[in-house]
Amino acid sequence: MENDLLSLIKTTLIDGDPERTATLVQQALSEGLAPLAIVEQGLVPGMTVVGDRFASGEYFLPQLVIAARCMQAAMDILQPELLRRQEAVARAGTVVIGTVKGDIHEIGKNLVATMLSAAGFQVFDLGVNVPGEQFVEKVRETGAQILGLSALLTTTMTEQREVIAALEQAGLRDRVKVIIGGAPVNQRWAESIGADGYAEDAVGAVALARRLLGR
Amino acid sequence: MRPKLSLLSPDLIERIIDEGMQLLMDPGVRVHNEEALRLLEEAGAAVDRTTQVARIPEAIVRRALATAPPAFDLYSLDGEPVVHYGGDAVHFDPGSAGVAILDSATQTQRPPVTADFVRFIKLAEMLPQIDAQSTAMVCRDVPEEIGDLYRLYLVLSYSRKPIVTGAFRKDTFWVMRDLLAAVAGGEEALAARPIAIFDVCPSPPLLWSDLTCQNLIDCARSSIPAELVSMPLAGATAPVTLAGAVVQHTAECLSGVTICQLARPGAPIVWGGSPAAFDMREGTPPMGDVGTWMIDCAYAEVGKALNLPTHAYLGMSDAKVVDAQCGLESAGGTLLAALAGINMVSGAGMMDFESCLSYEKLVIDAEIIGMAKRLIAGIEAREDPIALTVMRRLGHRADYLAEPHTLRWFAKELYIASPVIDRGSLDSWERKGRKTAFDRARERAEQLVAAYRPAGLADDVRRELRRITVAAARGFGMDELPPLPEG
Ligand code: B12
Repeated sequence: MENDLLSLIKTTLIDGDPERTATLVQQALSEGLAPLAIVEQGLVPGMTVVGDRFASGEYFLPQLVIAARCMQAAMDILQPELLRRQEAVARAGTVVIGTVKGDIHEIGKNLVATMLSAAGFQVFDLGVNVPGEQFVEKVRETGAQILGLSALLTTTMTEQREVIAALEQAGLRDRVKVIIGGAPVNQRWAESIGADGYAEDAVGAVALARRLLGR
Repeated sequence: MRPKLSLLSPDLIERIIDEGMQLLMDPGVRVHNEEALRLLEEAGAAVDRTTQVARIPEAIVRRALATAPPAFDLYSLDGEPVVHYGGDAVHFDPGSAGVAILDSATQTQRPPVTADFVRFIKLAEMLPQIDAQSTAMVCRDVPEEIGDLYRLYLVLSYSRKPIVTGAFRKDTFWVMRDLLAAVAGGEEALAARPIAIFDVCPSPPLLWSDLTCQNLIDCARSSIPAELVSMPLAGATAPVTLAGAVVQHTAECLSGVTICQLARPGAPIVWGGSPAAFDMREGTPPMGDVGTWMIDCAYAEVGKALNLPTHAYLGMSDAKVVDAQCGLESAGGTLLAALAGINMVSGAGMMDFESCLSYEKLVIDAEIIGMAKRLIAGIEAREDPIALTVMRRLGHRADYLAEPHTLRWFAKELYIASPVIDRGSLDSWERKGRKTAFDRARERAEQLVAAYRPAGLADDVRRELRRITVAAARGFGMDELPPLPEG
């Protein structure tokens, strides 16, 4: 009986229907299923299938992104419930990410954010054209272990260095690993500005984040 | 007869324009620029100051379309009108603002420096198929803040061809305007005979950033032509249906034409873009995709229906080396762009989306462009009767090589490819060392660059260009510019 509902949540996520996922999660809660069980036996196995299918080429980005939306819709409902019970979902880590000041390119950053959440990270996406102080503030507020900075312009990549300087000023540099990306950026640049890592695409970003956190 | 490509029925064009107009009312356009919001409001658009959304009634857009010139010319530095924006005229320029150069020796990408770009400019100058220069790469040996104007400084120092360019900041636009005026003989002369056009990009969906919007207004006020580079990414930042992406392009460009014409009625403005059909596996905007080509050619049809000059980013490849994919993607886009009658086609020499430029690709693309230009020149009778006279004279002899008729027409009728295209026998190809197209292109690039002759700028103009650029560089902490290479 329970298992039916959980596997239904799993298949709904795989089929990519956020509304129905939310309804089913609601239903599961009201039927007394534990929030953790919903996450660990319904949502996460579903996301794993989607991830595998994407990796094997059977699924494409729209399926991946909509599955992440299903996950999000479900977590919006489950989060307050988890908090109330003082339970927490095992997270791979917390990430703050955004595109630096002066730059509005967002597609690559969004993909990185999506892939990170699909991989179990809690992601705070600050959007585009994000001033340095805002990154610093969010890192302080969330205690994020990873800060991701995206820059697509040769004129804005220098801003990545500024954000790192701002972290230092705020005394937060030791608490967070800074990872960077974007078309004009490379490993050498990462080293020269004292970032902790560079990845050339979203899959690489996940591997990098995991490696930096020793997972 | 001029062969023409058409992808949209007249009915579909109407519906696309109609939906584009409707989008400008609901949800409206986000305009993150005070001056543009004021212009739109004064003209009668409903502007919400907190959301910075402008809802633009069709009547205002129609008025703007009526004052936008259907055609204008770009001039060479010798004062010749060599690029005609308007009608079905077709011209080609290299891709622009690359962040990497494909190193000829190692065939790997690296950040470009002054010497790379100067070499590229010389090569583009020497290739007759390339009609205009572009500020093709951003040199990394100068401060990032002057990256845009420094490119223009280099092009003006080494080339006579008109230039497709663009600014990365609001303040640098004025320095770039000064550089152009210095060469053109003053601001008025520049306005009367523009030598450059600025790309300005709205951000999908339906947003004008402060920077690009200001560039657009400043171009209009200075009578410098601007090229709207709207880039819906079908399935990512725009509807995935090709027609839907064209609707978004239409709405963005209509808003651009409107802002431009409100800033100064009659200012030259081009219906252009760099859309792409998003790759659903890699999450990239492929420039060599058939869907991309189709969106480009379709929006050009819409622009023509509105009686505006057209532009597109086509003829590029997403390949990382100059290989078969590189050739096939570049050829596909270039041929279609020519058939679509797009006035300025940007992209020669560009690969890896819009990141990297290659000398060898530029040389090969020049051959594709040559063939495309031949294609649209079409087939003509040439003589009347077409063939009867010569065929009756020769009867059954296959002696056409010796015929005056052949001598008279062959160079006009046949596209004469450069040695980059291998048409020798297997034997001769092996004797010459089994060279690939890349090897041959590299050799030709070397020959052409060696044959380059200085652009012939007057000394005082040259000094003035350097003075303006050095002054801008000083503002960003660089006291001396890199030395300019010979030539
Ligand atoms: C789409 C696009 C736009 C769109 C962006 C739409 C949007 N909502 O995001 C629009 C039209 C708005 C735009 C505007 C401009 N653009 Co633009 N744009 C592009 C283009 C074609 C593709 C970028 C893209 O989305 N790629 C697809 C994604 C998936 O790839 P990605 O961003 O590289 O991200 C991947 C990796 O880099 C990495 N990654 C990215 N971020 C991060 C972060 C972290 C932490 C990590 C680990 C990894 C990582 O993972 C991602 C996923 O695989 C590039 C060309 C190019 N080759 O990059 C030009 C390009 C970046 N743009 C360019 C320019 C010049 C501009 C403008 C200045 C043009 C103008 N004059 O108006 C404006 C700038 C506005 C501004 N202030 O930001 C130039 C930059 C040149 C330079 N030397 O800096 C480029 C290179 C094109 C060109 N050659 O002219 N652009």
